[in-house]
Order: sequence, then structure tokens, then C-alpha cells
Amino acid sequence: MTRFLLPLVTLLAAPALGGEIWVTNEKDDTISVIDVDSLEVVRTIPTGERPRGITFSKDFSRVYICASDSDAVQVMDPDTGEILHDLPSGEDPEQFVLHPNDRHLYIANEDDAITTVVDTETRKVIAQINVGIEPEGMAVSPDGTIAITTSETTNMAHWIDTETQKLFANTLVDSRPRHAEFTKGGSELWVSSEIGGTITVFDVETQAEKGKIAFEVQGVHPDRVQPVGFEFTDDEKTAFVALGPSNHVAVVNADTLEVEDYILVGRRVWHMDFSPDRSLLFTTNGVSGDVTVIDVAKREAIKSIKVGRFPWGAAMRP
Amino acid sequence: MFRAIAMACALTCASVAQAQIDVPLVYLHQAEDLPPVLSNLDPIPEDRGRAGAALGVADNATTGSFLGHDYALNVISVPADGDLATATRDALALSPFVVLDMPTDSLLAVADQAQGSGAILFNASSHTDRLRGTDCRANLLHTLPSNAMRADALMQFARFKRWDDMALIAGTHPQDLAFADALRASAAKFGLKISGEKTWAFDADMRRNAAQEVPLFTQDLGDYDLLLVADELHDFGRYIPYNTWQARPVAGSEALVPGAWAPVVEQWGAAQLQSRFHDLAGRDMGPRDYAAWAAIRTLGEAVTRTNSADPATLRAFILSDDFELAGFKGRPLSFRAWNGQMRQPIPLVTARALVAQAPLPGYLHQRTELDTLGSDQPERTCGAFQ
Repeated sequence: MTRFLLPLVTLLAAPALGGEIWVTNEKDDTISVIDVDSLEVVRTIPTGERPRGITFSKDFSRVYICASDSDAVQVMDPDTGEILHDLPSGEDPEQFVLHPNDRHLYIANEDDAITTVVDTETRKVIAQINVGIEPEGMAVSPDGTIAITTSETTNMAHWIDTETQKLFANTLVDSRPRHAEFTKGGSELWVSSEIGGTITVFDVETQAEKGKIAFEVQGVHPDRVQPVGFEFTDDEKTAFVALGPSNHVAVVNADTLEVEDYILVGRRVWHMDFSPDRSLLFTTNGVSGDVTVIDVAKREAIKSIKVGRFPWGAAMRP
Repeated sequence: MFRAIAMACALTCASVAQAQIDVPLVYLHQAEDLPPVLSNLDPIPEDRGRAGAALGVADNATTGSFLGHDYALNVISVPADGDLATATRDALALSPFVVLDMPTDSLLAVADQAQGSGAILFNASSHTDRLRGTDCRANLLHTLPSNAMRADALMQFARFKRWDDMALIAGTHPQDLAFADALRASAAKFGLKISGEKTWAFDADMRRNAAQEVPLFTQDLGDYDLLLVADELHDFGRYIPYNTWQARPVAGSEALVPGAWAPVVEQWGAAQLQSRFHDLAGRDMGPRDYAAWAAIRTLGEAVTRTNSADPATLRAFILSDDFELAGFKGRPLSFRAWNGQMRQPIPLVTARALVAQAPLPGYLHQRTELDTLGSDQPERTCGAFQ
């Protein structure tokens, strides 16, 4: 019932969304900036080589970019697009997460089986933690006490105590874990497995598996349904999950873990972020080189926006 | 509170497993006497295959370090005319898990000698179809794709391009003949025609004469859309492209090549595997390196998931529907329970780029599209499994 009413509300609210979505283009060495109001690319900013992970500082005055092939995390002024400096990141940084203290960056070094912790103020490495092969997915609990690295070839979530910067647990998941997020006030950890085709839900307190989400897209072989990035709505009741080469995004009920909907998007969908008011979702589609805009309430794709080659990461700037 | 307890427990006593498991592995290599080829531009790397196994062990060991699983690789090499039986006995004394890098007949000899020992053997060196068919062995799994799989990959592409009419040049070595047979069978399977065929039996020096020799040699093949070359030892094939009488694309052992792996594969995270291999071996990763890597990773994945190093347990798991290996080819890899062949996408590559990856879109299958490549269950001639 509410589903019928919501579209009207969205339409009314549409003109006042504001904000930008910043998309890294892995094979163009650029960032495409999408204006949320006009749904058009308004700026294209050069970066280091093979930009992938992207995230803003808490006050949005800095943007951090994993320039994987430049072996650096670049710090950019988002107003001018100028690179202010590089952070020592370890080799081949792919993805990272900013600690709630707005200072410590936890970086996955894909080629080195290491998680590097960098202090963004002193620009010094404060710890390097040995993890599994091809670390990628990164998450920090809302209270900042636990950091997670998932390793693609070792097929594990590695649990890091952020006080000691040491591992305190390693939990197996299905093949090729790609992305991790805490939810439910930090009591649950979700980890997506690309080749396994699942999301594993962990109870954070015990690190025990408490559920698993499987996906089934009509007309697509299960092998090609490959969950990668995902994001939760503000109320943490719904998750949107990018399903890679199945070219769909799944809508998951985060309480029952049931899949409620599948939305057709561009080819090989990777990562995503919401508009500031969370009414729109922007997905990066690696192979088709575009970004799909999803109306969150309607659960419908409303537009494709051409960006650079192989768009990878997405981050919102209000 | 839980953190205090967890922290007291060191890295190795993670929540997954406690028991220490030792997994010894053997790479058994027999050298092969190869005939001379026209060009020595691309020498066969000394550590072909073996370097892939070494990388697989390193990958396994990292995972194992979090689980208390210890992997160690032993390499045993024998000369072409060496005592393979003794080497096999030594290998089996070290481990029930052996990756084999040797000619087809030696593979069969080792598999027969190991029969009854419970060992799991992997063929990482031979494409020969009969090893997956009439000459299959229940203790021999195959991570290298069969000739039939390679040929089917190529024919799917030819069909897709509507190169329906083909010609074939084959060398005279057993490997050439076997690949040519697979190409003919596959062409028939996909409804394509091989109209002209010739055998390459020259001994001319092609470095000097390719431009004169090949046009004449290919002149009487008539008209065709695609020229197939079966030259598995890479003797004459490199001189065929651009020298044909008709201006036509070339595929098979040269030019557009179907295989397990190639240095130009970079999608699906493959760039990471390529770079790890390059760091370790100082060279590009080839099909046999990939096959050896996949064999070792298959064992590692099975040990990780079953928390066991018992060969019977691992074999059952590897051949079950539950097994899947992330092999950097975009789909989970698994094994055909009816002949022990690893299912895998087949990249079709030139020296500079990936052209396509089979199975191509549109080739459907009731189980998995990967089974459109190679011998499928209903047509199996292997009776040793199940």
C-alpha cells in the first residue's frame, strides 16, 4: 500500500535533493562527479593510476582515493580537485574505510596480503596487519572498536581489534568475499561472497554465522549472480546488493534476510551510494561504463549516466 | 568482554578450527624429449607448471596460517628416460596428493601404479581426450582443459562469427593429430564445415622462406572463412598468419588460441593472480602454470572447507556439488563427477588481448553452460568414475 504512495512523495521532493556522487573510473584514471539534481556529470577530475576505493572525510573537506597502480592513497581537495598530498598506503591499495575517529584509514593492500593503518594527520603508517591473500572488503564497527578485512583468495573475514591493531578472529565465508558492512547498530556484520554467490551475516559479539542470503535472478545462471557491494537504508531495514555480471541489484529485507526485489541495472554492477536524502541510489556498472540511478522508494532504475571507463567506487558528497 | 577472551587466544586459535593439520604435496615432473622446432624465439621455461604449483602452495599456506593447516611442496623430477616407477613410489611415500607434469603415457603409468593407494593425482600437463574418456582413471583428475574443451571454445566463437567454412593445417606429431581430431569433432558438433585439409610435413627453414612457402602451400585450400592450425609443439604455426594465399584469420595452436590461461587475461581479478605469479616466477603465467596452481588450490580449498586431509574425504568433496574454486575466470570452477575434468571457462586470446571467453553467450545447458565445452555426461566414454 505504502509503495503506491511513495512515488508521489519522491516526485514532489525531487527538485531539492542536492549533492553529488563521486565515481572512480578504474581504467580512465579519473573521477566523474554526478550532480544529484540534474543527474548529469558536471566535472571530471584526473587522479592517480587505477582509482578504485573512494571516501570522504567526515566533514567532506577531503576526499581519499585509492590509486592502486600508483601505490598511493591520494588526498584531494574536493572543491578544487587538486591533489593535496599522498598518504603512505602500502602497495596496491584497493579499498579502505575511515575510522569513526575521522583520522585512521584502514587500507586493504591487494597485492601484499596486508591491511595498512594510516594516520591521516601525521601521514604515518601506524600498523600493518598480515591478513589473507587479496584483501579487499573493509569495514569498521560504528563504535570504532573492530575493523574488518575480507580476503578474496583466502575466503575469510579477518577481525581486527582497533586498539591493539591485531587480529582476534578469522572466520570463513564463501568464495571470494568482496565487501563488508556493519549493521543493526554494529551488532551484525554482513560479508558478500562474489563467487560463492551469497552474503553471510555474522553475530558480531560471538563472530558466529547467524544467517546466509542467497540470490536467484530469473533467466540468469546462478554462477553469474555475484554479490559485490551493498548498502543499507538509514533505518537499516533494507539492503541493496550489487550482483555483478547478473546486471541486477537485489533488494533485501535486512530483518528476514529475504530478497524482495531485483532491479535491472547496467553491466557488471560493482558498488553504490545513496543521494544525501537517500531517495536515489547510484550504482557503478564496470563493463557498461555507466552509473544507474535507482529510485529507492519505487525500486526502479530511472536513468543511466555515462561516466568514464570501468567505474568502480562511489561516494556521496552533500 | 568477548574481546578480552578472544584476544587472550592467539591468532592461530581463531574461531574456525583448532586442530593442526599437515598437508604434504608433491609435484612429480618427468622431462619430455621434444623434437626441434623452426624458431627458438620462445624457449619453454625451466619451471613451467612447477612455478604455478609453488604459487598455489603459497596461496594455500596463507589461508592455512589462520586455520592451523600446514602445506609443504616437494618437487620430484626425473629425466625423460629416468626411473618413473621409483619416483612415483617416492612421491606416494611423501604424500597422497600428487600433481603430475609429464607426457600422456607416463600419466597413465603413474595412475595405474598408484591405484589402490587412495592417492589423488592431478593431470596438469596433458590435453589428451582419451585420459578423460576411454583411458580415464578414477584416481586421476584433470585441471588442464581437454582438447575437446579447447576445440569447442574455438568452434563456439567461429559459429558466433559465422565463420562456418573452415580449412585445417595439421602437423604430424601425435599432439597435433590429437588436437586436429578434436577440432574436426567439434566442428561437426557445432554444425561447421572443414572443407580443405593439409598436412604440414616440410622441413624448410621458415625463418627465411615463410613469405614464399606459405602462400603456395595454402593456395589449394580453396576458399574458407577461418584457417585452423594444429601445431601443438609450435613448429611452423607462427609463420602462417599474414602469409596465407587468401586473406583470412588464423586460429588454433597459433594466432587466436583457446587455452586454460594466458598472460593477457586480466578480468575477474586475474590481474592480481598474474601479478602474484610474476613476482614469484619472474615471467608470465601460462596454461600449465595455471593448471598446476588450480590443482594445488583445489586441494587447499577442499582441506579448508572439510577441515581434513583424508584423501577419501577430500576426493568426495572435490567431486561433489558443494565444491567450488574461485579461479579468476568469472565463474566458480568445479569438477565433472563422471570423468574428473575441471569445468572452466576457456579464454580465446591473441598475444596482445583477450578476444572472447567461452562459453559464449547463447550456448545454453541444463546444468551449467560450462558443460557446453568438452565431453558432456550423456556422451561420456569414461567408466571409472561412479
